[in-house]
Formats: sequence, structure tokens, C-alpha cells
Amino acid sequence: MRRIINYAPRPGVRLILALLPFVAVLAIYIFASNARLAVEPADKLMPSFASFWTTMVRMATTIDRATSQYLLWWDTWLSLQRLFLGLGISALLGLVLGIIVGFVPYLRATFEPFFAAFSLIPPLAVLPILFILFGLGEASKIVLIVFGIAPFIIRDVMLRVAAIPAEQIIKAQTLGASTWQMISGVVLPQVMPRLIDSVRLSLGAAWLFVIAAEAITSEGGLGYRIFLVRRYLAMDVILPYVIWITLLAFLMDYALRRLSVAAYPWDQIKAT
Amino acid sequence: MTTIRFENVWKEYDERVVLEQVNLSLADHEFLVIIGPSGVGKTTLLRMLLSQEQPTRGRILLDGEPIASEPTADRGVVFQRYSVFPHKTVLGNVMMGPQWAGAPLLGRFFGARRRALEERAMALLTRVGLGEHAEKYPAQLSGGMQQRLALAQALIMKPKVLLLDEPFGALDPGTRKSMHELVGELWEENRMTIVMVTHDLPEAFLLGTRVIAVDKRRNDPQAPERFGATIVSDFEAKCRSVRESRAFETERERVRLTLLAGNSTTEDRPPVPAIETALVKD
Repeated sequence: MRRIINYAPRPGVRLILALLPFVAVLAIYIFASNARLAVEPADKLMPSFASFWTTMVRMATTIDRATSQYLLWWDTWLSLQRLFLGLGISALLGLVLGIIVGFVPYLRATFEPFFAAFSLIPPLAVLPILFILFGLGEASKIVLIVFGIAPFIIRDVMLRVAAIPAEQIIKAQTLGASTWQMISGVVLPQVMPRLIDSVRLSLGAAWLFVIAAEAITSEGGLGYRIFLVRRYLAMDVILPYVIWITLLAFLMDYALRRLSVAAYPWDQIKAT
Repeated sequence: MTTIRFENVWKEYDERVVLEQVNLSLADHEFLVIIGPSGVGKTTLLRMLLSQEQPTRGRILLDGEPIASEPTADRGVVFQRYSVFPHKTVLGNVMMGPQWAGAPLLGRFFGARRRALEERAMALLTRVGLGEHAEKYPAQLSGGMQQRLALAQALIMKPKVLLLDEPFGALDPGTRKSMHELVGELWEENRMTIVMVTHDLPEAFLLGTRVIAVDKRRNDPQAPERFGATIVSDFEAKCRSVRESRAFETERERVRLTLLAGNSTTEDRPPVPAIETALVKD
């Protein structure tokens, strides 16, 4: 009898094991849903998969009278727009500020403690301030996302800049590099894979802020829809929407991971 | 011609004296090796020559001029580790210096200029034995190969002085031996000045033409930080006149042999192995 940590599954077994929890959750839901529907056919809490499907088909293919839009696509478009704008601005801010502040000692001494303090402000606590300052429109939602994740990305990039060995920077100088050339030729390329990872880690938080902002005030969006139909206990909308958001988040994460592998092959070598 | 002079150089950190009264003058085409116990300030000496650190007193002259107060292209360096850029291929690493010098904004050459530089870099890579690894990334190379790459990367800038900070410290004995040969040959071919720090005594005397030992001359047991280290001994390991006469004899022998072989070619090789044999001029 070996120690339990010395037993590892074979690849085929590994796949089955990985699928097991998903199948289990699904089976439990179907079982419970069927049991409830048998007692009360109009039960709203645990609708059957058939009603999920019909609801989603309705939302994806029929024009809603109030907004004259295909609701599912309209909500997705609005939420993704907010998410991408917020993430994009945060990544750009993180890259520029993180590199400049991380690389220039005087700026680092000035701003590092400030960023550290700033990143501890709970973004949702200042949401009312953002609504007052930027109104109830799109601007305040995007600022909320940036407020929420940019400080994290900035600090992460700064740490990566600081982790570049001093020898490399000295070497670059003995090869005649100017500050700009060191930033563009040594620091930036080595920070990019970390920035992508950082954005991947921020995806969850970014969705949180999108949905929180949409829940409070919006004309549309995935979070808005979920909070709107909550009043009618419309689980047949809420659950598929949650799965849809999860799927979108997974796809974005996957795309970013592929991008990192394709664009920065040298970073992968180091990992193996 | 490259000469280095240390004029009464001191290095102190607050109360602690690391180096004191360092005086040294180094002629052209020397291979200076600095030895001494660990933590005594050998590397500090090298760092000051590199301008990675500033002396607290005294000054360092390169060709009679005080050295710049930050690292510049006239002093190349190879560290024990991390001297190459992990995000560039082997060829890309070697091409970095000239591209930075020639393209201030983009740091990148295009077209004919790029091809010329690629050719030059490849010649140099072949010289250090990395010809067939040009497209690999440093992480795919062994420790010895990375150091060869770091050497090529520094040499393409044709520095006046090449500084080596325990460059072979992390290598296994076999690799170390072949690196010794390579560095010795490159030093001959390029007729440059090399300053190397090591704690390996046989290595020091194998490579160095001049070996200096750095240690504390005085020690106060109550206040060990009171006195710093300085040059305690200075050996001329390979006498200059012997070296030069040997080079001359080798050259004469070579010319004699070519004349014997067939006095047809009008070879105009310079009397000593020239700087430009490996480095094709731009």
C-alpha cells in the first residue's frame, strides 16, 4: 500500500474523472427537477431542460416588443461591450503605468505606496460616487470596472518589472540601450505574458462589476436581465443566462491563454 | 589601445569600508583576473568599473578619461547568470546591441541593413560554436551555451573592455574547460582587455596575464567593518615580452610554412592576429 499521493490516474481515467462532477451536478438537477415537476407541473424554481430550451430559443430568435431587439444577443452585446471596454482600458493603464512606475525609481518611490493604498478601496463602495460623477449611463459602469481591476493589473505589472533580473538591465545598458529602448525592447516584451495572465485572473472580477453595475441601473445587459426577471422567479431565464455568462468567461479565458502561447512561445519554454 | 587606471579608489557603505586605497594601472591587451575570498569586494571592484556602483572616493580612468557614471557600450559584461534576454532567440540576442545603436526609436533594422547584421551575427555565433542554435531561445540552451551567447552578444559591440563576473562559476568542469579555451582565443583574436572576477585559482593563472588578489590588509577584531580590502598582491602571470615574442614566433613560423607550401599567394595577413578576423566590419 503506497501513500495516496503516489497514485495518479491514467489519461483516459483522468478525463472520466474530470467529467464526473459535471455529470453528477446535472443528474442531481434533473432528478430534483423531475421530482418537483411531478408534484407541481407549473413549478418555477427548477424548470425542466425543455423549458430552458424553449425560453432561450424565444429570447434568441424573436424580437422583444419593448426594446425591439433579440434580447439574448442584445444583452450579450451590451455586457460584452462594457466588459471589453473596461478590461481594455484597465490593461492599457496597467501596462503603461505599471511599466513606467515600475521601471523608473523616482516614479516608483512616488507612486508605489499610493497604488497600494488605492487598490484597497472597495470599488462597490465608491459606486455611488461614480454614479454622481459620471451619471447613470455607460461611463460610470466602465469606470467601475476600471476602478475595480486596474489597480490590481498595475501592481501585478509593477511586480513583474521589478522581477526582471538587474543583470539584464545592466547588460542592456552595456549594449548601448536608452531608457526608451530598454522599456520597448526588454521590459515590455517580458511583461506582456504576465499582463495576459493578469487580465485572465481579472475576468471574474470584471464580470462581477459588470453585473453589479447592470443590476443597479441599465437599459439592458446580461446582469440587468437576470435581476429584472428575478421579480417573476423566471429561473428558466436566470439559469441559462448564468451558464451563458460562464461559457463566455471560459471562452475569453481560453482565447487569452491561446494568445499567450501563440505570441510568446519563449514564455512557455521556461514553464516546462 | 585601452588602458585602465584606478586612482586611490574607496568604496564605503555608511560606516562599513569595503574597499580602500585601490590603485591599479592596466596596460592594453591584458587579461586581468581578480581573485580573493568571498564577500571581500572583488565583485564590487568590477561593478565600479562597470559603473553599476560609484566609488565613494577616487576615480577610475579608461584611456585617461573618467568613466561614465552609468554603464555604457564601451564596457561589455558577462555575468554568472541572467546576461541574455529570454524573450529573444539566440540570433536576436546577438543582434540587439547594434540595432539599438542604429535605430534609436524602433530598435530594429529592416531590409539590407538587417541582412548585413544577421550575417555578422551569424559569423560571430559560429565562432563561439552556436551556429546551429541560432533560432533557439536561451531557455533551450545549456548553461555553457548561454554563456557563449552572452559573450557573443557583448563582443558584437566591440567594447574596449570586457568584464566577466565569475562567468564560469555555474558550469560543470568539462564545459568550463572548453569555455576557458574559447575566452582565451577570443581575447587573442580581438586584442582586447578583459577583466575577470573568479574564486578559482587555477582558472585565474590559466587565463590571466595579470592576477591581483584582493583582501583585507588590516583587521580590527573589535570593528571588522573599520578596514576595507585592497590589492594585496599583484602577479604578472604571463610576462608581456614573452607573450609578444611568442606571438611573433608563431607568426613567423606560419609565414615560413606558407612560403614553403607554395610561394604563390600574396597573402597580406597582418603581423599579429587581427581584431577583425571574427567580426566582419560593417
